[in-house]
Amino acid sequence: MDNLSTYLIISAILFSLGIYGVMTRRNAVAILMGIELILNSANLNFVAFNRFSGMEKLEGQVFSIFVIVLAAAEAAIALAIIINLYKNLNTVDVDEADSLKG
Amino acid sequence: MPISIFTLFLILPLASFIFQLSIGKRIGRNSHWVSLSFIFVTLCIALGNLFSEISHHSDGHTSNLVFNWIDLGTFKIEHGFQLDSLSAIMLVVVSLVSFLVHLYSTEYMKGDPRYTRYFGFLGLFTFSMNGIVLADNLIMMYVFWELVGLSSYLLIGFWFEKDSAANASKKAFLTNRVGDIGMFLGIMTIYFFTASLGSATLSFDGITALFQSSFSSFTPADITIVTIAGVLIFCGAIGKSAQFPLNIWLPDAMEGPTPVSALIHAATMVAAGVYMTVRIFPFLTPQALEVVAVVGAVTAFGAAIIAITQKDIKKVLAYSTVSQLGYMVMALGVGAYQAGFFHLTTHAMFKACLFLCSGSVIHAMHHALHHLNDHKTDPQDMSNMGGMRNKMPITYASMLIATLAIAGVPLFSGFLSKDMILAGTLAYYHAHHGWTIILPIAGFGAAVITAFYMFRLIYLTFHGEPARKDVYDQIHESPLPMAFPLMLLAGLSLAFSFTFNLNPMDSHGWFTHLISEGINVVGLNMSQVIDGIHHAHHDAMIISLTVAGIGIGLATIFYLYKLVNVEKLAGILNFFGLYNLSYNKFYIDEIYDAILYRPFMWFCNLFSWIDWDLYDQKFIDFWGWFTLKISDGAGYSDYNWLDQKLVDGFGKITNKFGQGLKVTQSGIIQNYLLGGVIGFVTIFIIFKAF
Repeated sequence: MDNLSTYLIISAILFSLGIYGVMTRRNAVAILMGIELILNSANLNFVAFNRFSGMEKLEGQVFSIFVIVLAAAEAAIALAIIINLYKNLNTVDVDEADSLKG
Repeated sequence: MPISIFTLFLILPLASFIFQLSIGKRIGRNSHWVSLSFIFVTLCIALGNLFSEISHHSDGHTSNLVFNWIDLGTFKIEHGFQLDSLSAIMLVVVSLVSFLVHLYSTEYMKGDPRYTRYFGFLGLFTFSMNGIVLADNLIMMYVFWELVGLSSYLLIGFWFEKDSAANASKKAFLTNRVGDIGMFLGIMTIYFFTASLGSATLSFDGITALFQSSFSSFTPADITIVTIAGVLIFCGAIGKSAQFPLNIWLPDAMEGPTPVSALIHAATMVAAGVYMTVRIFPFLTPQALEVVAVVGAVTAFGAAIIAITQKDIKKVLAYSTVSQLGYMVMALGVGAYQAGFFHLTTHAMFKACLFLCSGSVIHAMHHALHHLNDHKTDPQDMSNMGGMRNKMPITYASMLIATLAIAGVPLFSGFLSKDMILAGTLAYYHAHHGWTIILPIAGFGAAVITAFYMFRLIYLTFHGEPARKDVYDQIHESPLPMAFPLMLLAGLSLAFSFTFNLNPMDSHGWFTHLISEGINVVGLNMSQVIDGIHHAHHDAMIISLTVAGIGIGLATIFYLYKLVNVEKLAGILNFFGLYNLSYNKFYIDEIYDAILYRPFMWFCNLFSWIDWDLYDQKFIDFWGWFTLKISDGAGYSDYNWLDQKLVDGFGKITNKFGQGLKVTQSGIIQNYLLGGVIGFVTIFIIFKAF
């Protein structure tokens, strides 16, 4: 069980769940959670590749820490956008926010 | 005298010109002190130079300063200054008359709104004239020649508010242009001819030396070329020295201020033509000299006849100047080189004196008329004068001395020089016989007439009863700055200024010693000519004394004692049209009007008609109309077909597609994401499959 494909399969499942969440949820907060899943699936890949491709240094781990930091910043900005969305539309349903409709 | 001092003759007057035109106006009237002092220094240098020239007194003593002007391989033009006896005397004449005219003008031009500019122009003129005098080659002389033409133009038209003055300045400029074209052609001919002889040169000494060495090998064709070149260069003198047939500008030039007439149109600039002929004399062939002599004789005699009947005091003097210039030219033509230049010098003194005296009279008349608020009477018309000798003794005395000089009375300078010229013409007749009899006849005839009309002028102006008692009472003698030049010039019109002899008939003085007899290197035997003049001298003197006496006597009978009714005599002469012929200046202006001006204007009108009525109106306008039609068509097709159909068609197509595609833009971000995922998956599958 302790091999690369296990980790990649888990990562792929996580990624698919994330995409699914992002595409089906109408609640903006839920979409944000889906994005977090996508990011974490990438983190898992980084760490797994670092471990199984026999690297001495810990680049994968360092990268995943960067991604986590980035995800935190992203979450802060995304929540700020959501609050503003709510203020303007009185809802966090993203289907309502269709002012770019052609 | 060191060579660099030459340049002061040019720098000082030029500095005066620049000063007056740049800052003179801010200083106002007192700025004339600058010009006066500059010209005075020039005069002092010129005098010092002349005295050193007299004391050296060696023939051909010249100092040259030469520098390259244009140097293009084989084509080379040098500029240079030449200081010899001729230029030494000429520099004194120019500087002296210029200084006196400056001094005189401080009174005469008082209160003129362009007072400082006037002095600036005088400076420019003196600069240019000194340039002509010092030039050692033809091209440099030509440059300064044009510059004096310009200053003459500026000064004749100084009171350009008057139409007559503006027209006179244009006339002078254009008439001179005719002669100058001839002169330039002559210079080019000389240049190419000397180039064909092996050493292209334009300097007077260079040409003389070259012709001297190669004259023996000249073919008849070469001599013809030299003759033509000489006559062409002499055309410049015809223009500048107002010789027949280009004499028409000088009388009109009297529109300028009178001191200007004295400086430029009597003493110096018009003499430049004679001076130039003196310079080119060594290489004028006998044939060319014949032309020169005839032109001079016709001018001397014709202008004298015109002067008899003129009423305007300045016009009389103007024609007398033309006539005297004719004398000088005729003298050179008959080979009396020394006499021609001598007459130039003496004439400069007495004619400047006459003009300044007439200026003094006009000034007095003008002020008297102004005082009486009479602006209709012409202050220059002699019939309004009379009896002024009691009111203006200095002017009268000076003018009388100058008149005696011009009339050729012994003890006065004009006698010496005119006598030499007349001896020259007589000698020429003795040597050639035949038609050349007209030269002494013209010379002696002009001498009678000169004496006559000059005394007519004196009697009408200063003697007899005043024509206008009220004006006469207001006449005053001119102030000292005007009177001093008159006295000085009158003094220089006396014979002993030029000879230190007790014998009044003998012309041997410092002047004739300084100016050696001319040389001629293209076929004229000068020693023969000099011998001839020497032999004819005695006869000439007796005849010239007789004719001067006749002239003065006739004038005295006619105008002082009024023994003959002049009006009646004029009426009798007019029976043959003679009086009108003279009064109307031989109708030369009218002839030019008929044969040059009118046909020219007719051609101009014709070409104007062709250009405007035919070419412009028909041809050009047709193309305009045609272009307009094409433009209309092109505009129609552009708008209706290209714009409306093609360009708008693309717009419409794009619009339609836009309308169709806009439904895909739902605005819901998850739809876009779905598209992205589907696209990614598709690409992934395609890559996997291949």
